[in-house]
Amino acid sequence: MKRLPQPLSILVWVIVAILGAMAFATIALHRGEQISATWLILAALCSYALGYRLYSKFVAAKVLVLDINRATPAERIDDGRDFVPTNKWVVFGHHFAAIAGPGPLVGPVLAAQFGYLPGTLWIIAGAIFGGCVQDFVILLFSVRRDGKSLTAMAREEIGNLGGFIAYLAILTILIILCGAVALIVVNALKSSPWGTFTIGMTIPIALLMGVYLRRIRPGKVIETSLLGFILVVLAVVGGRWIAQSPSLASAFTYTAPTLAILIIVYAFAASVLPVWLLLAPRDYLSTFVKLGTIGVLAIGILVFHPTLHMPAMTQFADGTGPVFAGKVFPFAFITIACGAVSGFHSLISSGTTPKLIRLESETRMVGYGAMMCESMVGIMAMIAACVLQPGVYFAINSPAGVIGRSADVATATLSHWGFPVTAPQMQSLAQAVGEQTLFNRTGGAPAFAVGMAHIFSNSLGGQAVMAVWYHFAIMFEALFILTVLDAGTRVGRFMVQEALGHVWKPLGRTSWYPSVLFSSALLVGAWGYFLWMGVKDPLGGINSLWPLFGICNQLLATVALCVATTIIIKMGRTRYVPVTLVPLAWLVSVTFTAAWRKIFDSNPRLGFLAHAELLSGSSAGPDTARLILNDRIDAAVAGLLVCLVTMILIESILEWSKVLSGSKEKRVKESPFVPSRFALEEEA
Amino acid sequence: MKQIAKALSTLEAIFREIFDESSYSRFLKRQHLSVSRESYAEFLCEQAQDISHRPRCC
Repeated sequence: MKRLPQPLSILVWVIVAILGAMAFATIALHRGEQISATWLILAALCSYALGYRLYSKFVAAKVLVLDINRATPAERIDDGRDFVPTNKWVVFGHHFAAIAGPGPLVGPVLAAQFGYLPGTLWIIAGAIFGGCVQDFVILLFSVRRDGKSLTAMAREEIGNLGGFIAYLAILTILIILCGAVALIVVNALKSSPWGTFTIGMTIPIALLMGVYLRRIRPGKVIETSLLGFILVVLAVVGGRWIAQSPSLASAFTYTAPTLAILIIVYAFAASVLPVWLLLAPRDYLSTFVKLGTIGVLAIGILVFHPTLHMPAMTQFADGTGPVFAGKVFPFAFITIACGAVSGFHSLISSGTTPKLIRLESETRMVGYGAMMCESMVGIMAMIAACVLQPGVYFAINSPAGVIGRSADVATATLSHWGFPVTAPQMQSLAQAVGEQTLFNRTGGAPAFAVGMAHIFSNSLGGQAVMAVWYHFAIMFEALFILTVLDAGTRVGRFMVQEALGHVWKPLGRTSWYPSVLFSSALLVGAWGYFLWMGVKDPLGGINSLWPLFGICNQLLATVALCVATTIIIKMGRTRYVPVTLVPLAWLVSVTFTAAWRKIFDSNPRLGFLAHAELLSGSSAGPDTARLILNDRIDAAVAGLLVCLVTMILIESILEWSKVLSGSKEKRVKESPFVPSRFALEEEA
Repeated sequence: MKQIAKALSTLEAIFREIFDESSYSRFLKRQHLSVSRESYAEFLCEQAQDISHRPRCC
């Protein structure tokens, strides 16, 4: 592509900046009337364009000093298996598919309780200065270390303690993540025969895909995934018939506790079955559905430019929100992790992707660019939540323990708060989407599904297909989440087996079935416990689990940024260290404040220990002792994470001061420089 | 027209990489095998560890 002449290029970017500024001014200053989602899209796109063009280029040139002439491990090793020099667009697509998860869909929906503005600003700014930078630098540093993982880099650059803490942080995040996302699925499917039938059908569909791929059409994954997609769509459509049949509907209607047990049993079984039979086909199917749905949602929002009904800021910025307790700072920044800054991405950036990178210069597009796209998905989720009438949004996302158990009490509470909604209105909406009720459907997934159905049904097919769109959205999220459960349980199991192998060697053998069963049971038991806690929590488990997950995820980002900062200092680029140090300092302040509040705040809705004290002072019921124990465990987990990250911060700061004072040699542990032949081809 | 064809070809390559079809092709080339149930079963055995260790993002 020909470059524009410089004066014209400058003019174009000035126009982009002005458009972006206008869009931000509109969304920030607008009060009272509804505004079009187009303004959010414009603000986001202009910001991302400027961030990529200016900030990522600065990071690439000045901080990381990308060297096109240096051969990457994909070029040097090129074993045709793990290390394969790959076209940058293919690597980009592969990396984006790997990092895109349910997080950017759920977090923004929950954070919409503060209004659209705080979450939107964090998604955009957090991504440009935090998440994209983290993904980019970790990817490049892993490329320069022959694809080493984050844990290995932490061990090498910070010390053995750093590596151990990264390992523990990853294991903890896996457990909390699985518990939190499983709770989202439970809340989405409870008392929903249509939804439960559809998701239930994905299991035999995935098994069928596995057998089809292995026995009938070996290697034809895209074809098999398309077949699976068609079957899943038929299941979504067929679910209406199930819901309308009294006998069949009752067979697929489950309470939250029953669904929790079913999901635990499913995840255990899925994690011990051969990979090719269930996990792999399910993974392919959910990737197929995910990429298609994100694309369709993006087109839907751009073409139909829906109107946002949620105000820019709600009164719940003061911390009294019904969806989850806590003020905008720090909880808006904890609730939205994956769309802004996600420590989990550093595992992906130091996993398969660095082994495919052909040229160092391509890490900018893959690392920084893919995270930008993920951030855009977060913006789309924010839009889907905010197209709902606020009263409807809060009726869906607020737990019964906060707004009231009956429809009349709940709607009266919400109307009193200034978000008018009526019981007949909610009943009508529930019928329109093929559900028995939409009250107390916490977790973000049902609200996102209603928003998405609203966007499409207003334009394509009308109310008649709203239910199909709703259940398609539920299916898409639940399918994805169940894959995360399968895969998360397996990855965690390998980590547990690795640790147990130090205690008794046979337990470390990943192919020994007793060890597989034992380790899987341990891990499923761990996250299953958090799931059960959430299901039984009268405040709605999301109030406890999602902030805990956000804290975990961003503490892992803290670990990644500590590693990155250490390497930048050792590279002799200390004057540019604010690039990682500023987001690191921000994340430390956010996560530590959030953890402190969740442990010690005197508001029983917010502080775990305050809630335990309230319960111990009240008249004891059958569940009181268990709820008190749950609160104390949650407090202990939050406290443990903060202690672990404090240790790695101290280790990192000690390392920095040794290097900066000269008492330790400034030396990076990169693979040796080998000239790249691809660079010559690029120049030619 | 050429650019559209190139874009579609790149899109196909992206999907083939995401869905491990390229990975299978590389396996066949490396092992000097052809598409068959047996070769795919061998590929799955080799991939099983990788797929199991691959974290899925939240």
